[in-house]
Amino acid sequence: MLEHYLSLATKAIFVENMALAFFLGMCSFLAISKEVKTSLPLGIAVTFVLAVTTPLNQVLNNVLLKEGALAWAGLENIDLSFLTFLTLIGTIAATVQIVEMALDRFSPALYNALGVFLPLIAVNCAILGASLFMVERDYTIAESTVFGLGSGIGWALAISALAAIREKLRYSNVPAPLRGLAVTFLVVGLMSISFMAFSGIQL
Amino acid sequence: MANSAEREALLDPLFNNNPIGLQVLGICSALAVTTKMETALVMTAAVVAVCSLSNLAVSLIRERIPPSIRIIVQLTIIASLVIVTDQVLKAFVFDISKQLSVFVGLIITNCIIMGRAEAFAMQNNPKLSVIDGFGNGLGYGVVLMLVAFMRELFGSGKIFGYTVFQTVSEGGWYVPNGLMLLAPAAFFLIGCFIWAVRAWKPEQVEEEFRVGTLFEPGYQGHIR
Repeated sequence: MLEHYLSLATKAIFVENMALAFFLGMCSFLAISKEVKTSLPLGIAVTFVLAVTTPLNQVLNNVLLKEGALAWAGLENIDLSFLTFLTLIGTIAATVQIVEMALDRFSPALYNALGVFLPLIAVNCAILGASLFMVERDYTIAESTVFGLGSGIGWALAISALAAIREKLRYSNVPAPLRGLAVTFLVVGLMSISFMAFSGIQL
Repeated sequence: MANSAEREALLDPLFNNNPIGLQVLGICSALAVTTKMETALVMTAAVVAVCSLSNLAVSLIRERIPPSIRIIVQLTIIASLVIVTDQVLKAFVFDISKQLSVFVGLIITNCIIMGRAEAFAMQNNPKLSVIDGFGNGLGYGVVLMLVAFMRELFGSGKIFGYTVFQTVSEGGWYVPNGLMLLAPAAFFLIGCFIWAVRAWKPEQVEEEFRVGTLFEPGYQGHIR
């Protein structure tokens, strides 16, 4: 049983990396990867929010939204799955807000480090993407926790690696039209190729 | 005067201020759908529709949205529109909707739509906002279709599912480039697209990387 979860985690971190294989969370991935110093805290914040929202959405989906999910209330024939998107994004926005307030109250140091990124995370596609994958693949609550955590770690890993490369890139003489965004895309493409070496790994 | 403003709102996002090439918005939900032109076209249509309508809705109620909850209001409008789009796709093009899987839902967090609602529709009248949304959707579509064209043509020798280069496995001469169908190719193609546009329009070249401005308070579109 443990192997199953380990395998799922490896898959989420390396093989199906959110940023490099599914292009999710690209906006902040490209925008906030200039320095490791800022991208690592962002990665940690994303991991945290992913690990909280994915299981939460899993519960909501199974208790309220899925076809026949309202059977516990005596309403067997109701299918609310068309409300999935709205519910998922609502949960995510609310969770981010709560996390922000809780951090502000209990850990001001951490809040100062992560604070500016938290509003951004609400519209980070990686978060919504993980929840949508969870719905589509019908994960159990334990699986979705592992999947959320794994995806977050994978995303954090990718953004920190990209930031480290770009710190070095600053000293190189890039042709003018390639400078900035274009060369970053090429770097991400190369990283994505190297991550493909993980495909097929099964624990 | 009004006419030129409208034309600018429509045509500017295509090349001069392309949402993907210059504003770095909306790459998130897009690249995975570009292995085939068919899915890219449906995705473009969905994004154009959602972007114009959300700009319209936000612009209509822009004076009544309290600033402190505007993000939630915008998200709700966009999410509702995406639900409608998803239902329409499921009803009329079910196969493609299956292939797009989670990426239809991810239109919600497509930064182009949020970005335009926040940066343009909150300040401008409904008519101009619709045109701006339409133009930005098209600007996104142009890149999407170009990338999909290259990937489908070189990856499987087809355009819109019709064979152009007959592949070896079907008895022809073309050996498909498998890399084109994988994730890295999309990054390379977008990188090259930006490179080409900037070589053509040198004023877009970045002195230093300034994408970060996007997330600073009061960001009003690209500052040249």
